[in-house]
Amino acid sequence: MRFDRSTADRAPWWLKSLAWAGLGFLHLPIVMIVLYAFNTETSAYSFPLKGFTLHWFSIAFANPDVLAAIGLSIKIALVATLLAMVLGTMAAGALYRGSFFGKEAVTLMLILPIALPGIITGLSLLAAFRLAGVAPGFWTIAVGHATFCVVVVYNNVVARLRRNSMSLIEASMDLGADPWQTFRHIVLPQIATALLAGGILAFALSFDEIIVTTFTAGNEVTLPIWLLNQLTRPRDVPVTNVVAMTVMLLTTLPIIAAWRLTSGTEDIAGSGK
Amino acid sequence: MTYAVEFQNLSRTFDKVRAVDNVDLQIGEGEFFSMLGPSGSGKTTCLRLIAGFEQPSAGSVRIFGQEAAGLPPYRRDVNTVFQDYALFPHMSVADNVAYGLMVAGVGKRERQERAQAMLELVKLGDYGQRRPAALSGGQRQRVALARALIKKPRVLLLDEPLGALDLKLREQMQIELKSLQRQLGITFIYVTHDQGEALSMSDRVAVFNLGRIEQVATPRELYTRPATAFVADFVGTSNVFDHAAAQTLCGQDRPFSIRPERIRIGQDGPREGEIGLSGELIDIQYLGAVSRFEVRAGNGKVLAVVSPNLDDHDVAFTVGAPVKLYWPQRAMHPLAPEENGHVAHA
Amino acid sequence: MSRMLERRGLSALTDALYRRPALWLFLLLAPPLLWFGLVYLGSLFALLAQSFFTFDDFTMNVSPVLTLDNYRALLDPANHDVILRTVAMAAAVTLAAAVLAFPLAYYMARYARGWRKGFFYVAVMLPMWASYIVKAYSWTVILAKGGLVYWFYRSFGLSGVVDWLLSLPGIGGDSLSTSTLGRFTVFTYIWLPFMILPIQAALERVPGNLIQAAADLGATPFMAFRTVILPLAFPGVVAGSIFTFSLTLGDYIIPQLFGPSGLFIGTMVYTMQGSIGNMPMAGAFTLVPVLIIAVYLSIAKRLGAFDAL
Repeated sequence: MRFDRSTADRAPWWLKSLAWAGLGFLHLPIVMIVLYAFNTETSAYSFPLKGFTLHWFSIAFANPDVLAAIGLSIKIALVATLLAMVLGTMAAGALYRGSFFGKEAVTLMLILPIALPGIITGLSLLAAFRLAGVAPGFWTIAVGHATFCVVVVYNNVVARLRRNSMSLIEASMDLGADPWQTFRHIVLPQIATALLAGGILAFALSFDEIIVTTFTAGNEVTLPIWLLNQLTRPRDVPVTNVVAMTVMLLTTLPIIAAWRLTSGTEDIAGSGK
Repeated sequence: MTYAVEFQNLSRTFDKVRAVDNVDLQIGEGEFFSMLGPSGSGKTTCLRLIAGFEQPSAGSVRIFGQEAAGLPPYRRDVNTVFQDYALFPHMSVADNVAYGLMVAGVGKRERQERAQAMLELVKLGDYGQRRPAALSGGQRQRVALARALIKKPRVLLLDEPLGALDLKLREQMQIELKSLQRQLGITFIYVTHDQGEALSMSDRVAVFNLGRIEQVATPRELYTRPATAFVADFVGTSNVFDHAAAQTLCGQDRPFSIRPERIRIGQDGPREGEIGLSGELIDIQYLGAVSRFEVRAGNGKVLAVVSPNLDDHDVAFTVGAPVKLYWPQRAMHPLAPEENGHVAHA
Repeated sequence: MSRMLERRGLSALTDALYRRPALWLFLLLAPPLLWFGLVYLGSLFALLAQSFFTFDDFTMNVSPVLTLDNYRALLDPANHDVILRTVAMAAAVTLAAAVLAFPLAYYMARYARGWRKGFFYVAVMLPMWASYIVKAYSWTVILAKGGLVYWFYRSFGLSGVVDWLLSLPGIGGDSLSTSTLGRFTVFTYIWLPFMILPIQAALERVPGNLIQAAADLGATPFMAFRTVILPLAFPGVVAGSIFTFSLTLGDYIIPQLFGPSGLFIGTMVYTMQGSIGNMPMAGAFTLVPVLIIAVYLSIAKRLGAFDAL
């Protein structure tokens, strides 16, 4: 029997090492991407790195293909995020309390697009667009992205709504505010940060999505598709390195922002990807 | 005459539960009226029916003679002080108080002035710029009060407003609430499960049980003449004798209740107009000003007796000894015959 | 005047909505329901319907003549290989991810306190949300000839070990990035965070004093772990495995970029649809991962994985 509390609550050295090693493994590729963006080498990935340069940044951001791809990805992500925020907030408002027939089925349906393998969502959308005679392009990509982004916004907003006391809404109406005024002055400020966090996550999700996108893109080249093309037919290693780091930053920085917005809560944890 | 609030055959059912079951009630203008009952007795649902958060399943709610069923809360001339205060956490105290004026379209200058005046009324004049989170429980309570009163409601609804406060503060707030109500002259409808609170503040009290009203009366009447076994037991402590106990123990042919402080414990014998019974003393609790005795009567029924400790007379008794209990006949309160589902613990 | 009427009309509408919460609920729910019903379920049905269409091998045309041929073709031995290869990989990745994730999740849930708690949480979330394609790209950089891993094992004189590993049938290949081992490594890396967070969440719910109680009753640390921690963490492992398993099953990009030739379910679907234009066959093939996941979920449910959720 052991009664020594101080050692009982300290991690054994091997567990601590394993945990930090696991963390190192998770971040190694991210560190490598950052390092290689400043590499001087032009056609290979040799390690140790050959030298340090900022040269490729100016080349990459002068490349019209890259700029067009970035522009397209941002535009799609904005449209998809906006749609997801509207639809996700509405769904959250309808589903956060009470129960009615079919509620389970509706929540399942919201989760399905990220729960099923992306290839199924992508292929289904393509099949439907073909059947409907819609040519793939900007809007087919945006519609696809919005579909799987809804659940991210929904999860964040519904968690916040559930945490807030119903009596705030009742107090507002009691004081003479109609439902619209109550939404504007009470509900919206309460859910604002959760909505923003959901929107940021949706943006990040849309911005780097590739599995569904390849099916719905037609001839459009989003930034991830541009990267994939580089991967299968390598042409311009240094520019690819720089673009890869840019995408990494554009997706990870918002995640940190979203985490700060909802910190102290478990809002993001369950949202999956 | 028009009442401030009037219920007619009012019912509210949730799924199959009758939270409020065919209730009739009239509350006069300017009254301090309490709804007293254990949790789940329907008192809070009644309050929510007046506020408009619930709509009746049957019957009607009239507010100053006007039918309120179907009216949303924001179209009713009543305001509520919530149990958890429900202060808007993202607004300053002053903005909280001014909220009702803001949504009504009152200009900024005017609502600031009126909010400040209201805060001064509840003695929080210097706290306007703080956030609700920076206030103590008692201060939040006052803000909630000011926020509801700024709308100049003709009826103020209070849902267990002192429940979260400690005893000292609660007693102080009781006095303040009562004097505020006198000063404003408006109707207060006060929901509580604390009988002491209800008795000390109210003009009249309705006692709720299982969705129905057991009795509506002044505090004095409620205490001295409880109409049912439930009221006798819930308001203060009572020794309730059901029909059988009344007959076998003291030869009475109606159920009745008797307050512990009206029972005399002794050995001497009955005085003029007294009846009594004998039993075994099973416990003595010394409570300072009074002592409380528990006595087991012949058929196993345990009676509570409270007597003042005037000359340490409690030391004369020992647990396990036989004792005699006496009380004047006029101290007994006849109880209504028990109804189905409304039998109180006898 | 007209504005006032408008306002009155609007407030009458508001009141009417307030009185009918069901109508209000319906109005809120209608747009998302319409969107998901039309766009998403509609698409799934479109795909399902097309999987029964006929594909002409000569003209490469799809005609809406209903047939079961596509599903019959799933039973071809060649397709068996594809399915088996994919499922084996998914199982291996799931197992490896569980083993790697456990110590990290355990440390996070039980020992990380104060700033470390938040730090570890963000540090696991970040790689999870970081761009999939960039992570895949990074591994081509890491595994490339002359890259980090080559430099590492050369410097430590481990070339022999690596060559021996690459020569093993089943996991080997010409180089690290074209070997099954490489493909497995990348898969495991990419889905690892999806395993860590559920296990951590499950362990978070285990009260610390439970372990002390076990120790107090005379259990050795190993016994306490096996009889107390592991059963309580199991639902988390299963929840995580659902992600790692189904994400591996449906992936078609990593098998293209890493590992030897030989199709995966995902690459099969992708080629069927893309290069050949055989949408019906591709549609039939997507049913395979769905069925496997359904079977997997029902087993998980039987094992009681969802009881604790």
